[in-house]
Amino acid sequence: MPERFLLRDMPRLALLTVLGLVVLMPYIWMVAASLKPLDEIFRASLSLLPERLHAVENYGKVFAKIPVWRYLWNGVVVCGGILFFQLLFAVPAGYALAKLRFPGSGIAFGAVMLGLLVPYHVPALPLYVGFSQLGLLNGYTALIAPATISVFAIFLFRQFFKSLPDDLIHAARMDGIGEAEIVWRIVLPNAWPAATAFAIFSVVAHWNDLFWPLIVVNGPNYATPALGVLYFRSDEAGDDFGALMAAAVLMTAPLVLAFLLAQRRFIEGIATTGLKG
Amino acid sequence: MQGIAIDRLAKRFGGTTVLRGISLEVAAGEFLALVGPSGCGKSTLLRSIAGIEHADSGTIRIGGQDVTGLRPSQRDVAMVFQSYALYPHLTVEENIAVPLAMRRLSAMQRLPLIGGWMPGPATARDSITHDVRQAANALGLGNLLSRRPGQLSGGQRQRVALARAIVRRPAAFLMDEPLSNLDASLRVQTRREIVAIHRAAGVATVYVTHDQSEALTMADRVAVMQAGEILQVAPPAEIYADPQDLRVATFIGSPRINTLPAEADAEGVLRVAGQAVGLRVAGSGAMTLAIRPEDLQPAGTGIPARMETVEFLGESLLVHLRHATTGTPLVLRLAPEDRETLPPQGELSLRFPVDRALVFGADGKRAAVRSMAPEAVLVG
Amino acid sequence: MSASLAFPARRRTTGEALAGWMLTAPAALAYALMLLLPTLATIALAFTDYELGADGLAWIGLDNFAELLRDRGFAIALRNTILYVALVAPLSVLGGLALALLIETGTRGRAFFRAVFFLPVVSLPVAMAAAWQYLLHPTIGPLNAALRGIGIEGPAWLSSSDTVLLSLAAIGVWENIGFNLVLFLAGLTAIPRELYAAAEVDGATSGWERFRLVTWPLLGPTTLFVVTITMTRAVRVFDSVAVLTQGGPNKASEVLLYAMYEEGFTYFRLGYSAAITLVFLAIVLALVWLQTKVLEKRVHYA
Repeated sequence: MPERFLLRDMPRLALLTVLGLVVLMPYIWMVAASLKPLDEIFRASLSLLPERLHAVENYGKVFAKIPVWRYLWNGVVVCGGILFFQLLFAVPAGYALAKLRFPGSGIAFGAVMLGLLVPYHVPALPLYVGFSQLGLLNGYTALIAPATISVFAIFLFRQFFKSLPDDLIHAARMDGIGEAEIVWRIVLPNAWPAATAFAIFSVVAHWNDLFWPLIVVNGPNYATPALGVLYFRSDEAGDDFGALMAAAVLMTAPLVLAFLLAQRRFIEGIATTGLKG
Repeated sequence: MQGIAIDRLAKRFGGTTVLRGISLEVAAGEFLALVGPSGCGKSTLLRSIAGIEHADSGTIRIGGQDVTGLRPSQRDVAMVFQSYALYPHLTVEENIAVPLAMRRLSAMQRLPLIGGWMPGPATARDSITHDVRQAANALGLGNLLSRRPGQLSGGQRQRVALARAIVRRPAAFLMDEPLSNLDASLRVQTRREIVAIHRAAGVATVYVTHDQSEALTMADRVAVMQAGEILQVAPPAEIYADPQDLRVATFIGSPRINTLPAEADAEGVLRVAGQAVGLRVAGSGAMTLAIRPEDLQPAGTGIPARMETVEFLGESLLVHLRHATTGTPLVLRLAPEDRETLPPQGELSLRFPVDRALVFGADGKRAAVRSMAPEAVLVG
Repeated sequence: MSASLAFPARRRTTGEALAGWMLTAPAALAYALMLLLPTLATIALAFTDYELGADGLAWIGLDNFAELLRDRGFAIALRNTILYVALVAPLSVLGGLALALLIETGTRGRAFFRAVFFLPVVSLPVAMAAAWQYLLHPTIGPLNAALRGIGIEGPAWLSSSDTVLLSLAAIGVWENIGFNLVLFLAGLTAIPRELYAAAEVDGATSGWERFRLVTWPLLGPTTLFVVTITMTRAVRVFDSVAVLTQGGPNKASEVLLYAMYEEGFTYFRLGYSAAITLVFLAIVLALVWLQTKVLEKRVHYA
């Protein structure tokens, strides 16, 4: 029985495999080129495997020329900092909008919905001027601060908290837990699905972002992985595709590995938070 | 120690009045069941006592103290919610401990957010552990302490909710349909346990339910609520046998009490479809004669009825009939062995003991039965 | 109602209101500083001649927008952006739908293929752009090497003004298709199985008939959502342009956001750049507006 089904399923699997290979093509060639010496790359052969393994030289060059760990660390600091403040601001606000009645809540929710419509590129110019005037350009503050408010996170948490039973909050109040404590003790521990989804969404978005770091960062000290690849490409590598591909592999690897380890969570996280790109 | 005293409590939601000036007293140690159809305001009343809802006017006193403006946590009441409202991220032990930790430990000592507490005064934490274990053991939860609510059955969750309520030794228990999420057999068993818990704690208890059998079996007194009003508060037997309002009579009792449109003449002689039924009442005009299904009996003469179906329930028979002339549906409950007293089909006459007849005026209030008419043809 | 009602109720309301304000205050502050004020400032800037480093600024009314109308570079950027969206959106939406159906119809390899197609969504766009640059390189790139193998001389994909936008669009489709696939898969799993059984009983025997009768109508809301989100994502194309072409050659791949970036942060003409930003914002808002309009009209079956 199963064999027959497999046979019937073969065309579908074959088609998917071909399409999958097409999608994976950039990865395959990126990794292949990162292992090849330059002359092999320039021969433009269609062989994926290198004749002479040049991995050490290519990857060595990347580590020698650019502060790889520094870029990765910057990426971690920036994404971590952004996520921390986003949660710090959005979780209490989401709870208040979902479960508390207070004058101004309507306006606040309206502001959230309005904010959802505005791409983050729109406030970029005045923010740049502001940070420049405060002398904060080229630093973690400028990288992190603009992203600390995520109206999308507020919206997401509000929706999620609305689905928590009111009686859970009532029980907490009767047990003597104050409002602020309810947020951290009762609501947040039960919001892990939403929080993880949002965390994945946020980290992917900011790890991969080029626009804002390109604007506020100058030089390698605070460059994020995205900027790092860009710098390496324009300054060091030129046409040294082997090393460039090695740099690309290194900077892409952390998120891709995290994705491969927890792909179900990633896909759910990004699909459920897919409202904003 | 006093129980709960509610005085002229009123509340509106937008255009609808949900509580119409409710006054109610629950003595210390008393078990009061608040029963009524859904939407009658019983849950709102309970939540107002808890402090989750706030009435527009009126006062609530608990243990002699006016708590009307106080927050839920300041009222010294414990509540069992219909959904149990257990904290899903805490273990059974932690769930039960929350109300104690909130009261006995300072904010600093509770600081590490989830689960464990800071090394506080050992005595306070020991006393919490001790009380939690005691409450858990009382409810047979001793071996489930480290589980989370998600790993428990419905009945076990229900016990955790009860344990969380009793662990505090509050001045009042409030229960909002706590058994409605349990299956039938567990419900009957848990009824007795809740009554036992109540006895042991000796605390004023308000128990909201839409299930009259729960109300009748568990409570010291039953308050029947409808459309934001309390119609009658009385011990179960009295509520059943001596309802003061037609709505109470029809709400309590299953199958529903038989109601026959009746007419009292100037002398108060009551007639159903022109036929005198052997009752003389105070007042005159349109009335309703109400008789419990078990009080009707087949007889040679009496109220004429047409038989429709017979249901066999095991311990009894339900005979569905219609009044021969008006077509009003009637139900008659018989012992199974009395089946032979029924005619094989069709017509029969019904009678009832006059002292069981309940007569209600046009306003729905009980009309006093002054005397049996001399021509009491239907007296059983 | 009676006058005695308010006191207790109000005391409680104040407590709840206080908690509500306290809990929203940090977010409100950050919102005002990082989103509201800068956005308003952008709108204001668009009507000035502000340049970074200049001494002052003057209100110039609609002059920036008048200049936009005359600016050939902006016209090209706008046209290219629209073209890019017109290529990326339909291809990645239909492609995502086709892949979703292909994955959903069988039971084997679902998670695997879903992950494969989703990979580009989580990959660093800058790095992947570098990989594309190599792949599409006119002389040493594997794509042209393969074409040469079958006797075709491939174009200079990213450095010829004829093909550069097509190449960028292809990369855009590659970036978006997995995302759309996942959204469609979620939509497909939400369709009740019985509906397909019912359709079969009713005589819709071929897969296509069942698709027309059940899948497509019930997927309507998902499709609308996917279309809008893909379009708004495509309008924001920036990374691949910034990395691969810088708008070149000869502005053949100039797009709105890159034009805005260049005017603002290369030439520091902030007023003019703000005007471009507003055009960009207007397009995004128009897409959302369109979505709600369509949503009101149809596609409501749920």
